[in-house]
Amino acid sequence: MLRLEPRAQPSQLMSYASPLLAIVLMLIGGLILFSALGKDPVEGFRIFFISPLSDIYGVGELFLKATPLMLIAIGLAVGFRANIWNIGAEGQYIMGGVAGSAVALYFYESEGPHILFLMIVAGSVGGMLWASIPAFLKTRFNTNEILVSLMLVYVAQLAVSWLVHGPMMDPDGFNFPQSRMFEESAILPILIKGTRLNAAFLFALSALVVGYIFMYRSFLGFQMQVAGNAKNAARYAGFSAKRMVWIGLLSGGGMAGIAGISEVAGPMGQITEHISSNYGFAAIIVAFVARLNPIGIFFASLLMALLYLGGEQAQQYMNLPSSISNVFQGMLLMFLLGSDVFINYRLTWKRG
Amino acid sequence: MNLDIIESILFATIIAGTPLIIVALGQLIAEKSGVLNLGAEGMMAMGAVAGFAVTFHTGNPWLGVLAGMVAGALMSLLFAVVVLTLMGNQVATGLALSIFGGGLSAFVGKPYESEVLEAVPTLRIPLLADIPVIGPSLFNQQPLVYLAWALFGGIVWFLYKSRSGLLLRAVGESPSSAHSIGYPVIRIRYMATLFGGAMAGVGGSFLSVFYTPLWVEGMVAGRGWIAIALVVFATWRPFRVLVGAYLFGGVMVAQFFVQGSGLDINIPSQFLSSLPYLATIIVLVIISRDQNTVRLNAPVSLGQSYRPDA
Repeated sequence: MLRLEPRAQPSQLMSYASPLLAIVLMLIGGLILFSALGKDPVEGFRIFFISPLSDIYGVGELFLKATPLMLIAIGLAVGFRANIWNIGAEGQYIMGGVAGSAVALYFYESEGPHILFLMIVAGSVGGMLWASIPAFLKTRFNTNEILVSLMLVYVAQLAVSWLVHGPMMDPDGFNFPQSRMFEESAILPILIKGTRLNAAFLFALSALVVGYIFMYRSFLGFQMQVAGNAKNAARYAGFSAKRMVWIGLLSGGGMAGIAGISEVAGPMGQITEHISSNYGFAAIIVAFVARLNPIGIFFASLLMALLYLGGEQAQQYMNLPSSISNVFQGMLLMFLLGSDVFINYRLTWKRG
Repeated sequence: MNLDIIESILFATIIAGTPLIIVALGQLIAEKSGVLNLGAEGMMAMGAVAGFAVTFHTGNPWLGVLAGMVAGALMSLLFAVVVLTLMGNQVATGLALSIFGGGLSAFVGKPYESEVLEAVPTLRIPLLADIPVIGPSLFNQQPLVYLAWALFGGIVWFLYKSRSGLLLRAVGESPSSAHSIGYPVIRIRYMATLFGGAMAGVGGSFLSVFYTPLWVEGMVAGRGWIAIALVVFATWRPFRVLVGAYLFGGVMVAQFFVQGSGLDINIPSQFLSSLPYLATIIVLVIISRDQNTVRLNAPVSLGQSYRPDA
C-alpha cells in the first residue's frame, strides 16, 4: 500500500515544486467544476484564464488588481515569518482607505502634490492604528491576534458603512451612501495610457524590494525568521518577542492601509461601502503560495489577480457568479497546504 | 420595560445564541482531541446554503438540517485530510477552509438569493410554556433550541462520564501516550473533526432555515469565528459554552434592548451591530489576561500535528 515516509532532509525541490503542483491540482479542480456545471471546460478555461489578458487594458487590469495583493502580502509575510498571524488585513485595508479619504475630503477643492502625499501617509497610519489594537492586546494581555484582528474586520466594515451614511456622505449626492468623487489632485496618476494601472503599482514594487532587504539582509528580519522557525532559540538568544509582534502587525497594517487608500484614490475615486473586496484575505493566500518570499509574492499576486479577472469574465460571458474566483483561490491554498507534505515526506509503496 | 418586552428580548436572545451553542460545542469536541479548525465560518456557510437549498426543494426543514450536517462534515473531511493525513498547518488550513467555504457557498447559493422559506412554527412544550415570561420565551421555541440543550447534555455525559470521552481527552492531552497504549490517535481525531464540522453545518442551516429564513452571501457574518472565540472564553468547558453563547445571543439582539428601553436615544445601527465583535474582543482579553487560565485549560496538543512513529 501507499504510505508516507519521512525524508532524511526536507526536499528543496519539493518546496518549489509544491506550489506548482497546487496550481495544477487547482486547474484540475476547475476542470471538474466547469464540467459539473455543464459548461465546456476548454471554453471555460479560455474565458477564465486567457480572455482577461487579450488586450493592453486587460493586462493593465491584471497589474492593477495585483497591486493591493502585493502590498498586503509583503506586509503580512513579515509577520507570518515570525508566526504572527495577522488575519485582519481586510479591516486594516478599509481603515487605511477611510483615513486617506478623510484627508482627501478635508482638502476638497484645493490643489497641490502634498494632498496625495498626505493621503498615503494617512492611509498607512490608519492601517497601522487598526493593526495596533491586536498588537497591543497581544503584547499586553497575551490575547490571540488571529481572533482579535479578524473581529476588527467586521467592525471596520460597519465603521465605513456608518461613515458613508453619515459624516463622509456626499452632501450633493442625493443620500447615496458614498463620499464625493475625489478631485484630480487626490487621484493617483495613471502609469500607462489606455489602462487604469496607477502609481500604486510602483509603491508595491518598492515595498517588495524593501521587504526583501528587511527579510534577508537585516538583523531584525533574521531575528523574526529565527523566532518563526524555533521559538525557544529566539527566546534564549534574547530576541524581544514583543517587538516582533509589533513589527509583524504594523508592517501588515501599514501596507494594507496603503493598499486601501490606493484603491480609493485609484479605480474607485471615492469611498463607498464597497471598498471591502476581500483583497485582505486573498493576500493571505498569496503570502502562503509565495512561501513568504518577495519574488514569489510578485508572481503569486499576478496569479491571484488573474483569478479575480477570470471570475469577472466568467460572470459576464458564462453567467456564473463572480464568487467562482474565491472557489479557485480557496482550492489553490488547500491544495498547496496538502502538497506541502511532500517537502518532509515521500510516498513509498510497501507490500502488505 | 414591561413584561412583554422582556419576554421578546429573552426569546430573541435564546434564538440568537442557539447556533453559537451548536457550533461551539462541535468545535469543543474537535479541540478536545487536539484539532484546531479555524474553518468554522466556512463550514457554517456551506451548512447554511446546503440547508436552504434542500429545504427549498423538498419543503422539509429537517432534511435541510441533515443536508447542512452533511455539508459541514464534508468540509471538515477536507480539512482533516490536509491536517491529519498530510500534516498541514492547522491554522493556515483552517483559514483556507473559511475562505473556500465563503466562496463556494456564495457560488452555490447564487440561484437562491431572492428566495424565502416558510417560517417553521415553534414547538410548544405543554405546562412549561405556561410559566409567565420564561415559559413563552424558553419553552415555546424552535425545535433546534431544545436539540441544542440535548446536545449539551449529551456532550457533558460523553466527555466526563463515558470511556470514549476520556479517550478523546487523552488524545488531546498527549497523543503520543494514547498511541503508545494502542489507541488510534488519527482515527479519533478524524471522528472529532468530522463531528465538529457536522455541528458547524447544523448551526449554519439553523441560520438559513429557521432563523432568517433566507439565504444571503456572507449571512454567517462572523458567527463561526465568534464560536471559536467562545470555546476559548469557556476555557473548554461545555457549561460555560452554553452560558457564553446566550450572553453573546443577548449582545447580538442589542437593538431590541434599545428599542425596548423606551429611551429616545439615537444610536447608529452600525454601532449596535458591531457589539458582538467588540464583545468577543473584550472577553478574549479578560480570559487571556492571566496566561495560566488558557494554558492550564487548553488541550495540550491543540493545533499540533501528530504522526505515529510506527
